[in-house]
Amino acid sequence: MRLERRETVPLALVATAPLVAILAALVLAAGLIGAAGVNPLSAYGEMLRGALGSRLSITEMLTRATPLILTGLAAAVAFRARLWNIGGEGQFYVGALTTAWIGHSLGLPGPLGIAVLMVCGMAAGALLHAGPAFLRLRFGVDEVVTTLLLNFIVILFVGLMIEGPLRDPLAFGWPQSVPVDGDYRLPDLVPRTRLHIGLMFAIAAAGVVWLVLTRTVFGVETRAAGLNARAAAFAGISLSRTIMGVALVSGALAGLAGAVEVMGVTGGVTTTMSPGFGYAGIVVAMLAALHPAGVVAAAIFVATVFVGADAMSRATGVPSFISDVIVALSLLTMLVALLFTTYRLRR
Amino acid sequence: MTAVLELSNITKRFGALTANEDVSLSLAQGEILALLGENGAGKTTLMNILFGHYNADEGEVRVFGETLPPGKPRAAIAAGVGMVHQHFTLAGNLTVLENVMLGSEPLGRMRSDRASARRKLMAISERFGLPVDPDSKVSRLSVGERQRIEILKALYRDARILILDEPTAVLARPEAERLFETLRGMTKDGLSLIFISHKLHEVMAASDRVAVLRGGKMVAERKTAETSPAELAELMVGRSVERPVREDQSIGAPVLLADHVTVMDDGDTKLDDVSFTVHAGEILGIVGVSGNGQGALGALLSGLMHPSAGTLTLDGIDAGQLGPRGLIEAGAARVPEDRHAEGAVGEMTVWENAVLERLRSTEFSKSGFVRRAAARAHAADLIKRFDVRGASPDTRIRLLSGGNMQKLILGRCLATGPRFLLANQPTRGLDEGAIAAVHAELLAARAEGAAILLISEELEEAVQLSDRIQAIVKGRLSQPVMAGEADSRKLGLMMAGVWEDSDAA
Repeated sequence: MRLERRETVPLALVATAPLVAILAALVLAAGLIGAAGVNPLSAYGEMLRGALGSRLSITEMLTRATPLILTGLAAAVAFRARLWNIGGEGQFYVGALTTAWIGHSLGLPGPLGIAVLMVCGMAAGALLHAGPAFLRLRFGVDEVVTTLLLNFIVILFVGLMIEGPLRDPLAFGWPQSVPVDGDYRLPDLVPRTRLHIGLMFAIAAAGVVWLVLTRTVFGVETRAAGLNARAAAFAGISLSRTIMGVALVSGALAGLAGAVEVMGVTGGVTTTMSPGFGYAGIVVAMLAALHPAGVVAAAIFVATVFVGADAMSRATGVPSFISDVIVALSLLTMLVALLFTTYRLRR
Repeated sequence: MTAVLELSNITKRFGALTANEDVSLSLAQGEILALLGENGAGKTTLMNILFGHYNADEGEVRVFGETLPPGKPRAAIAAGVGMVHQHFTLAGNLTVLENVMLGSEPLGRMRSDRASARRKLMAISERFGLPVDPDSKVSRLSVGERQRIEILKALYRDARILILDEPTAVLARPEAERLFETLRGMTKDGLSLIFISHKLHEVMAASDRVAVLRGGKMVAERKTAETSPAELAELMVGRSVERPVREDQSIGAPVLLADHVTVMDDGDTKLDDVSFTVHAGEILGIVGVSGNGQGALGALLSGLMHPSAGTLTLDGIDAGQLGPRGLIEAGAARVPEDRHAEGAVGEMTVWENAVLERLRSTEFSKSGFVRRAAARAHAADLIKRFDVRGASPDTRIRLLSGGNMQKLILGRCLATGPRFLLANQPTRGLDEGAIAAVHAELLAARAEGAAILLISEELEEAVQLSDRIQAIVKGRLSQPVMAGEADSRKLGLMMAGVWEDSDAA
């Protein structure tokens, strides 16, 4: 048996690959659920009901999907240029922290303040990612290592700030930063739920990213640099400028996720506000085959697993960590599925 | 004479493509068989089936009367078949002896028996007249020496049948002649050989028998003594193809001037004090054995490397530090050495590749957005003007054949009517038809007054196209000779680094 490269990759195959990967991940995770003594089918039933079974659960799921769309876009943009940004989590947190800090005492009217705070969150994420990108371009330092390690530094820094200068005096000793001013809380999308208009921002961001990648000079240069860096350089595309541009956009998207989450959901920053949005964004990007529209769909899948797993855990007693297992498995199965979209197995 | 090797009725398909169709072939003891065919005729596929790298869909392989199990290279090696690949499979950081031993020792053994391996290697080296130093690092050896190691590696595994895939692709002519002498000597020792080639003169010079493959089918077998280059050429191509001929024309003003240029890379001198001039309406040919600085010369003129001493002038402006985009804007066009690695982004469309170099020009973009309609129209125009077959503007360029991809890259270069054109190995790996088309385009650009620098390892091509020729040896350039005065002996000496120092003023 050997792998043979396909002449052409049929679009239908690319579209079905994530579905097959998700199915395979669910089948594999079913083994673990079974080992926990629960019928996997009823467990998955609970999961679906928990995430999609009611109006409230759907809004909860979409609330969770909102930052995932943005971190997924952040990873997708970077991966297109073969810049391996594993630092979405850190960029999310600096975006969140900056927003809470500035938003606590910003003397601007509501909508304008919200726009300014989003830009601040984006700038923070972009700046944080610029460091590793600079080291990669200037000295060839592996950005996988630098972006990953920065995540821990950032989270510890966030902890330092919310225990110290940014501590919320009204939180009764709870480690939480000062909240953003009430004027800058994002309006609800559906009344009496947590779902806020940040979802619209995230979907709009996906549209913008798609437009940029396919229609602009920067997008074509990004794809060329990612697909064949030597040919791109030969054609006169500045690799360092392109990669730095990609790094800024990618970091900005993850920073925006943090800003939107603070203004839309949490108000202030805690060190546990992200259940791994940055890391899950990588899975989202891969499941989406790096396509912006796919990112939205994949984020909804991952959010369904996250939200549904809690409900499943309450109903069946299977630990909700199973959601992490399913998400991680779907990344692995997606990588295998991607292999089979470009290669076929021959005997 | 008995057949030591028989391929019968081999068919191999890759999806819709039939690479080999009902091919039968036999090799006699002590014979040199040339397998002749154009690129893509199925030569390498056939040999890979013989060696067990591919499984044939139909047919079988017999070695010394025994049928080989398909898909088992180890079985082929055990049966006495050795293969010398076109691209060497040596580990540069190991010594010659280590490379030869690699893979022939049982994996479970705790320590290797170097002493007896060395004895065996030296015995083989002496018997077949292939001198080597077993302790030198492979990375220090020349390509000719590396090829010798590949052959020794096969012989070390007791090969009785040796297959050489395009063995002269990386050798200068004298080296190639020496190789064929050695091979001839080896047949006297009972070895049987197949060599794959698309070069007629070496097939005529070195083989006993020729098998011609075309489009995956065996179209003819001839005794070498009973055929002619003309007949073989027609059998190989299937029709007679004539390359266009260079017409005399008057030469214009100098366009590109290199004045005592030195190029360093990582502390190595890649180009050493080279000077040349290319005039409008002239083709300057740079000939040389692969790996003598052509890469650095190409990179210099593409804007990817910069002179560390000396000056490069294009149309009167200093072009040494311009970089790719600056050079293009100054009127240079470049055909890269490796069209897949540098010339095109395979996964992108024809139109995206067609405008990649000029994406930021106002013709193809407006305030950061690509003018897709204009770009597509430009690509469609190139496809038509340069006869690119099997492509629409939205085809992924990877799906084009080598010849058609090259025509598109040439079109991308020539569409702007460049002042200077770098053509770096423009016909490498192309078939006769495509070569003729590329030559015609180069000559047409010359007629329109472009200054063209042609880097080629094919002497014949350089002589046919160039007005003047310089040889490149170890990063240095010889004085130019007029193409009319260059016979193959003189060029051979130049490529070997023998030129009159008194010429070098």
